[in-house]
Amino acid sequence: MSSISPSVAALRSQFGAAIERHLISSAQTIVYVSRDRLHDVLAWLKDSPGQDFNYLTDVTAVDYRDPERPLEVVYQLRSLGRRADLRIKVALDKRAPLEVRTVYDLWRGADWLEREVFDMFGVSFTGHPDLRRILMWETYAEGYPLRKDFPLRGHFSRAEQTRQALAANPEAHYSLEELSMAEAYGELPQDMQERLARGERGFLK
Amino acid sequence: MTLRTVEMALATTGVDAAGHPARVPLGLSDENGAYREDLGAERMLVNIGPQHPATHGVLRLVLELEGETVKRCIPHIGYLHSGFEKLGEYRHYNQIIPLTDRTDYLSPMANNVGLALAVEALMGIELTERCKVLRVIACEMSRIISHLVWLGTTGIDLGAFTPFLWSFQERERIYNLQESWTGARLTTSLTRVGGLMADIPEGWEAGLREFTSTFPKTLEEVDTMFTRNAIWIGRTQGVGALTADEAINFSLSGPMLRASGVDYDVRKDRPYLDYETYDFDVPVGEYGDIYDRYRVRLEEMTQSNRILEQALDRLSRLKGAPINVSDPRVVLPPKSRAMSDMEAMIFHFKQVMEGIKPPAGEVYLGVENPKGELGYYIVSDGTSKPVRWRIRPPSFINLASLPTMCEGSLLSDVIAINASVDIVMGEVDR
Repeated sequence: MSSISPSVAALRSQFGAAIERHLISSAQTIVYVSRDRLHDVLAWLKDSPGQDFNYLTDVTAVDYRDPERPLEVVYQLRSLGRRADLRIKVALDKRAPLEVRTVYDLWRGADWLEREVFDMFGVSFTGHPDLRRILMWETYAEGYPLRKDFPLRGHFSRAEQTRQALAANPEAHYSLEELSMAEAYGELPQDMQERLARGERGFLK
Repeated sequence: MTLRTVEMALATTGVDAAGHPARVPLGLSDENGAYREDLGAERMLVNIGPQHPATHGVLRLVLELEGETVKRCIPHIGYLHSGFEKLGEYRHYNQIIPLTDRTDYLSPMANNVGLALAVEALMGIELTERCKVLRVIACEMSRIISHLVWLGTTGIDLGAFTPFLWSFQERERIYNLQESWTGARLTTSLTRVGGLMADIPEGWEAGLREFTSTFPKTLEEVDTMFTRNAIWIGRTQGVGALTADEAINFSLSGPMLRASGVDYDVRKDRPYLDYETYDFDVPVGEYGDIYDRYRVRLEEMTQSNRILEQALDRLSRLKGAPINVSDPRVVLPPKSRAMSDMEAMIFHFKQVMEGIKPPAGEVYLGVENPKGELGYYIVSDGTSKPVRWRIRPPSFINLASLPTMCEGSLLSDVIAINASVDIVMGEVDR
């Protein structure tokens, strides 16, 4: 178990410099991939007969305590047939926009997992068809809770958080998507359409 | 004739900034503006939850219906979000264990075991025999109580009340055992890194023996009540079906994955706690519908009962053996030694004040929980608090397939399909 996964050598010969480095921690292999080739690498790992990583166990991200260190998006892959696991990481410089191409087209399971990473870390998955907050509400304005620069009790004061909680009316809240789905969006009054376009989805009174 | 949407006032009316009453489009009208009673052509938005008994917690579903057929289903989650992963970054590893109680609160002991195993994998700790056997017992007891809740509530959702009473009666017996072992029915916090919070009390095995010898009879009764019941079959067979490829593509795990015919059980394929030495079978379905999920869960309870019996046999050979590793880095010395021995006192002080310090590194460890594969991904920088503590929540990932399963089915099937996923909102929202 403690030896390097044979997939690493195969990845290096297939993708060369796009495979930045690899390491082993607790007998598990971790491969760092450059952001530009990430989607190609994952698609290759999924579909190559010798690799066959057909199961996306998890997608998550890590923000380190060192503010200089890049944020990492982590993909846990598994080959159900070969009973093998592999962890792919992509490092994102926090000074640049946090963007990665989605793997929704490879695994539908990535849908909510990527939405959660977007919600908690603010990583945009380009090409994701429905990238919006999932655990926090859509109008949540305090930032991305699992970032290390996010204080445990949030950015806003307790008074402001309470005021916003009392002002929200979750029972009368239909999202823009739900209104458009009812083929009614075009029928709404002009001012309401403008408010929807501004993102005021939580207060459709 | 072109149809267009009529706006109707919601029951909870309000006014917007301009003073207009709140209007949400709910139905269709013809071009003269008259509301059409013709249900066949009508598209309707139906809101279910978040306060609704059939959503099994604070799940909210917005459905677009055409007649009774579901055209689209949009789940809203997050009403129970507690930020456990953020909280964990401010806690010592043993202080995270109480957080795991509260994620999947229908199987708290199994969650405790998963977290302890992940930290132990990070630290390279080898557990004692007795601890492994007791943890297996905890996991399998959790599987039985979780599946019993699933069985009872799903039965109620589909109109069968009696099996709910039977399953909750049996569940109560395990809860009593759990309570006499850990002191709590829900917030068990059973494990510690390197061992357990407590050994089982005197005579506890007899209670579990009594349970394992009588529990199969209840399962037989449930089997008689459901498996060949025409109503049950009509409501579940062919409903919410997912093929094996779809199940893999959606990253499903646990009974949801196996009901679709994929033979993957972490206990068999990535054994932990010496599961490979126990004799048990993994039930696998064929059609991936609600009926197969029911059959898989029912059989898993039988198999868990078998594992419990084998574990009890092993336990009787390990009487008096230690439950904790003898590693002063992670396990507190006995209080009497801490009060009389200088070295023991130093270890006690360091552990209480500084916490356990795994080496820098990271680990992903999955365990087969009742809902599916519960994974813990821990990143450590060598300090006593994790940089990142990620829960791979099985019911969150399983729930993501709900819209696909619901679309095209009937409104009443949505309740059955949602029940068959076996969600716990504490875990979905974390």
